[in-house]
Amino acid sequence: MKVMIDTGNYIAAKAAVMAKPDVVAAYPITPQTTLVEGIAKYVATGEFKGEYICVESEHSAMSACIGASATGSRTFTATSSHGLLLMHEMLHWASLARLPVIMCNINRVIGPGWNIWSDQNDSIAQRDTGWIQFYCSSCQEIFDTVIQSFKLGEHKKVGLPVMINYDAFILSHTSMPVYIPEQKEIDDFIPTFKPLWKLDVDNPITFGNIIGPAYYEKVRKAMQDAQENAKTLIPEIAKEWKNKFGRYHGDLLERYKCEDAEYILMSMSAIGAESKVAIDNLRADGLKIGLARVRTFRPFPSEEMIKLGKQSDLIVIDRNISIGSEGALFNETKAALYNKSDAKVHGFIAGLGGKDVTYQDIEKICKKVVNGKAKDFEWYGFEGD
Amino acid sequence: MKKYDVVTSISYPKKGAMGKTGSWRVFKPKLDKSKCVKCLQCWVFCPEGVIIKNKDGTIDIDYEYCKGCGVCANVCKVKAIVMEREAEDK
Repeated sequence: MKVMIDTGNYIAAKAAVMAKPDVVAAYPITPQTTLVEGIAKYVATGEFKGEYICVESEHSAMSACIGASATGSRTFTATSSHGLLLMHEMLHWASLARLPVIMCNINRVIGPGWNIWSDQNDSIAQRDTGWIQFYCSSCQEIFDTVIQSFKLGEHKKVGLPVMINYDAFILSHTSMPVYIPEQKEIDDFIPTFKPLWKLDVDNPITFGNIIGPAYYEKVRKAMQDAQENAKTLIPEIAKEWKNKFGRYHGDLLERYKCEDAEYILMSMSAIGAESKVAIDNLRADGLKIGLARVRTFRPFPSEEMIKLGKQSDLIVIDRNISIGSEGALFNETKAALYNKSDAKVHGFIAGLGGKDVTYQDIEKICKKVVNGKAKDFEWYGFEGD
Repeated sequence: MKKYDVVTSISYPKKGAMGKTGSWRVFKPKLDKSKCVKCLQCWVFCPEGVIIKNKDGTIDIDYEYCKGCGVCANVCKVKAIVMEREAEDK
């Protein structure tokens, strides 16, 4: 084990290369660019021995990964924002075909206007594609989650693609010390990829042919079952990682000081890390408050949320907005609790367009709820408030 | 043949994997065996593999799966195969 001090993107590149994918196909986009440059560097040094395909668009990047994965190859790619949106059709293709493509997405604002900062509307817009979605809050968590995602996605009970999301610049371009296991340890952790099916000249099949309504419904149900299986496997894989390497970032949720909490704050990604500082300060002020940082938006941790909702009122911060409705995490949290808990749930939109969300902001949000002054759903820190 | 334990849209090679596609047919290839010179161009070009090659070199057409595309009639040098509307067959 060694310590590497580097940015989220270079750490993700290191993790991807250590997982030894057979094929990487990617197209550069700010703020993902240094990730694919990082992999290119490993091609130059000889550390990456797979095929690195430079494609002409993100749609092609995902298509190339799908084609490679369909032949039984381990695949990796990375994108961000508009690149992810251009992949949208092929994201469905990968999951319906049950191909475990592993991808980092650096959460970035959708234009117009042009803006390269952190915002989750890009990946939230992909929530119904069937992909497993992780949201990370540190460079160490990025490394560990990328490695664990290969094991999870390629597991025979899952067989789904996995998207590892983290914040533009706040994580993608910020250096942190990260513990890197030895290559042998990673090799032992991730089993050889055994595809659920593959295109093979010795056993000819066709894929993606026409199928009738009844069978198509079974395909969707099997994907749903696979996501349910992931709910069990994510904690198991996290536990195995913890036992082997001593690091743990939570399961579907990361709980922080939740035991006796009357209020629980819920957030994702870097705001989740910032929230811990806020929780410590609010606890010092005598408030019984904890944090549940949501690590997986798909599968959605409904069961865990019901447990939290039986104990505490919930405060949800969303760095995304489903226009015409509410924040996605707020919306789905309430849906999970419906008929199962009487908890009050307050939703806040904060940090859109990459607007900074500091621990002081998070403390203000929490205090507003505790003091009974918060509406059910509101925009925090909107200019002019 | 290797089968995969996964619920997705995989098709294994078998006769009529898509059902009895002969029902799709509007035009039917009619074979006049007296004109056939056994050149097998129809057998080579049929995109669905429904030209049956007999041991004596003659051919037959599998109407259960023939979609009636007309390629066989088009490549037949001696006009031993001609396309006719299904209804006119009766």
